[in-house]
Amino acid sequence: MASLAATFGRGAMTNGWTDVANADVVLIMGGNPAENHPVGFRFVLEARRKRKAKVVVVDPRFNRTAAVADVYVPIRAGTDIAFLGGLIHYALSTGKYQAEYVRQHTTAPFLVKEGFGFADGHFSGWDEATKKYDKSSWEYELDAQGFAKVDPTLEHPRSVFQWMKRHYARYTAEQVSSICGCSKEDFLKAAELITVAAAKDKSGTVLYALGWTQHSHSVQLIHTAAMVQLLMGNIGMPGGGVNAQRGHANIQGSTDMGAWNMLPGYLKLPRANWSSLDEYLKANTPKPLRPDSLNYWSNTNKFMVSLLKAYYGDKATKENGFGYDWLPKAGETDNYGWGYLFDNMYAGKMEGLISFGMNPVANGPNTSKMLGGLGKLKWMIVAENFETETAAFWKAKELAQQYYANSPDAARIQTEVFLLPAACFAEKDGAFVNSSRWLQWKDAALDPPGDALRDQEIIGRLFAKVRELYAKEGGAAPEPLQSMSWSYATPSAPSLVEVAREVNGREAASGKQLSGFGELKDDGSTACGNWLYSGSFTEAGNMMARRGQEDPTALGLYPNYSWSWPANRRILYNRAAADAGGQPWDATRASLRWTGTRWTGDTPDYKADAAPDANGSFIMLPEGVAKLFTPDFAEGPFPEHYEPAESPVENALHPQVSFNPSAKVFHSDLDKIGSVKDYPYVAITYRLTEHFHYWTKHIASSSQLQTHFFVELPDELARQKDIKSGDRVRVSSARGKVEGQALVTKRMRGMDVNGKRIYHVGLPIHWGFLGKVSGPLINNLTASVFDPNSGTPEYKGFLVNLEKL
Amino acid sequence: MWNEIHLTNMDSEISRRSFIGSSAALITSFGFDLRPAAAASRELKISRTTQTQSVCPYCAVGCSVIIHTLGDKAKNVKPAVVYIEGDTASPINRGTLCPKGASLKEFVACDRRLTQPLYRAPGATEWKPMKWEEALTRMARLIKDSRDRGFQAKDEQGRTVNRLTNVGMIGGCTDTNEVNYLLGKFRFGLGIVPYENQARL
Repeated sequence: MASLAATFGRGAMTNGWTDVANADVVLIMGGNPAENHPVGFRFVLEARRKRKAKVVVVDPRFNRTAAVADVYVPIRAGTDIAFLGGLIHYALSTGKYQAEYVRQHTTAPFLVKEGFGFADGHFSGWDEATKKYDKSSWEYELDAQGFAKVDPTLEHPRSVFQWMKRHYARYTAEQVSSICGCSKEDFLKAAELITVAAAKDKSGTVLYALGWTQHSHSVQLIHTAAMVQLLMGNIGMPGGGVNAQRGHANIQGSTDMGAWNMLPGYLKLPRANWSSLDEYLKANTPKPLRPDSLNYWSNTNKFMVSLLKAYYGDKATKENGFGYDWLPKAGETDNYGWGYLFDNMYAGKMEGLISFGMNPVANGPNTSKMLGGLGKLKWMIVAENFETETAAFWKAKELAQQYYANSPDAARIQTEVFLLPAACFAEKDGAFVNSSRWLQWKDAALDPPGDALRDQEIIGRLFAKVRELYAKEGGAAPEPLQSMSWSYATPSAPSLVEVAREVNGREAASGKQLSGFGELKDDGSTACGNWLYSGSFTEAGNMMARRGQEDPTALGLYPNYSWSWPANRRILYNRAAADAGGQPWDATRASLRWTGTRWTGDTPDYKADAAPDANGSFIMLPEGVAKLFTPDFAEGPFPEHYEPAESPVENALHPQVSFNPSAKVFHSDLDKIGSVKDYPYVAITYRLTEHFHYWTKHIASSSQLQTHFFVELPDELARQKDIKSGDRVRVSSARGKVEGQALVTKRMRGMDVNGKRIYHVGLPIHWGFLGKVSGPLINNLTASVFDPNSGTPEYKGFLVNLEKL
Repeated sequence: MWNEIHLTNMDSEISRRSFIGSSAALITSFGFDLRPAAAASRELKISRTTQTQSVCPYCAVGCSVIIHTLGDKAKNVKPAVVYIEGDTASPINRGTLCPKGASLKEFVACDRRLTQPLYRAPGATEWKPMKWEEALTRMARLIKDSRDRGFQAKDEQGRTVNRLTNVGMIGGCTDTNEVNYLLGKFRFGLGIVPYENQARL
């Protein structure tokens, strides 16, 4: 999501499930929707039925999505950037890209400053001593007014377009084949199909999931895909986009509401050097980089002040900077992302952890480190439906002796643990945001079982207790704590309707609900808990609960069904689906059209009455157009192929810089990295249709349908090792091991990579030491290696050994 | 290829064998079509239910479901879920559900659901039930003590930072926007900086 936000302006799936049916070409890579998003996958099949869409699947494993593909290309785990870079080279060298779109809607014409370059695996600015980049050469050349210089002919040697051409010239079909382990012919077959979408009236979509996000270079990987889609003119188009198929019911909404470094609505968490609201706004309100850039984040002041008013109510005044001081401020270079959080915990720097519906012992990398970290806490609070491995981490040794023999006995673990029974989805109302950004309201069907409570009541009662203690005893800094507004009718159990209304926003004086974020003010007269959701609960009622079936564009946008952020817009960047005159590139898929006075169709991602040439079409970016060149990322403004932290081969492009030089690797005594000498096989983790993460092993039918953990092996490797299906095997990495039955298949073939024969081992993830069925936690094997931008661990493409037991 | 696996695991509560003969085999195992009879019994089962609009809690496709409960209208009876089905009015799933969604009733009514707060004292080898009031009082005390010890009002340079980094919070992606918003207010009230959800993983 970090990638899409930097490239297009917003960190979310650009289109939506129903829109996939509008595609002419579907590239599925780093995801397996037929098995993991089966109901969403029906729109791929519909595109094929309705539009004769072609489906290309690229994956190390011949999964059930691949089984229905027109072209399937197996590639080695961790080589996706090489494959996509090959597509960029193919498109640029054959002329199969939508030139008019690229000129009009991307930074291709922007000039890059003198001094930028790339050589031997590093971009300009690399400092070997600090192992960091000085990014000052990764900038545009600016004119006297501070706007980026452009060359609309795209011919200037320092234009982003020419730089891109040169950078990807190395990614020939031969090079792709030798890095990825696929045949050159298969690559070219895929490239030919994918670039069909370069035609103005064709569109192609990209569907991906954790197969792309779980790499030490995932953000750059997704940016490479975004570049391909921009070259094809597929962003903003019905049937186009870069579409993240997200894995949890409300992972999008939970991210929309904040992260360690974010406030709601993607407003940055304050840092110590932004010591006042004014300084915060100065640092976080971008300046436009082109004269026609709408630069929507110029409204940051309205979003931020309205959030502070929602947080601190009447206590937020103009005089006290609307309570800005009370918000926590991280140090300038602090990072508290997942890897850091658990590294700090393992280092003994933390006292307590509060977990609502999350299971880090199962889903965090390097299980031993997770267990070790939790064992160093003074206390932990877990609110859950079931007893999870995290709540019961102190039982790990007792319940899974063969994996955690070195962990302490429960009697020696001093962590005080509370396991709180929480309501499940059916027992709570409120909204989930699906991958398509649709906020869908649900109602509560019944009460939680026994003494279980709804989460809002657990939070409300606990918050009240802590505040009572401070009121009675005093203590450290009571003011920020007591100033947080909590003025709900029943403070101990706030109604979620009341909360949803606060999130939408209201006029502070009258209490009137706002109709959208266009009404937000920076003077304290409006309060809004998340500007992105403004419009979801208006004076007209709860927009998220709408059930309208109308589809006026006949494109599956359903504008009256639920409510989509932002502003009920169904396809992001939809202005780019129209040409310079505002007419749709494809008249049969007219999501948006300029009538001469206004835009009709979807909610325009543009001023509703601004002429087609008034502004750039990517309104959230200072550039005003989509970014092919992204200085935002740690490892360079163009994606480059780097091998995983543990790789069976050296980087064929630059062996001396094989691994992503900016990736984050931790170095505690449990953070070991293995080499190909000891661990010769490439492991990938994957999911099964019948299970949901580490959750459904508590549920009878899923447990009946997929009872046991297994290890999937290519038959060629199995023969070499004399292993048959059903034999018990052990898979080990530098961190730990798992044991289970072998499943020998033809779904993962041996691959020839630079003259070397490479085998994959496939590992389904769903088991643990608690549940109706049990098995090893797969993250016993994985490493604390993270993407430097998103902080996501590398679960695809790490090294293991395999033994028959 | 799945038949190639020989499944035996005594640790598990369930074996694949015990599943054979369940409703999935309605047609084949009897040799005649039981579907009309099955449909009629389903009709009866849900004819008196209360229907509630909901959304599947698993992946982010966002399938709409209808939850059927019984007992809501009777006095002194706790309602129970009797059936959960895909909602045909949803443009996303149009009534369809995957195998996980199709078994949501088993999730709601699962015998492994937690029904009372559990407490594990330092060094203890098992859980003990605890009343809510006692648990809340103890948790509030622990939170306050950690906050009092770890809260930084100013950093080394004397700048106002009002932050707490020795307490972390995780979660939220299985819960609603509104609960996430409340978790945010709870977090910022205390000043907590380490705060992560599943999106990172």
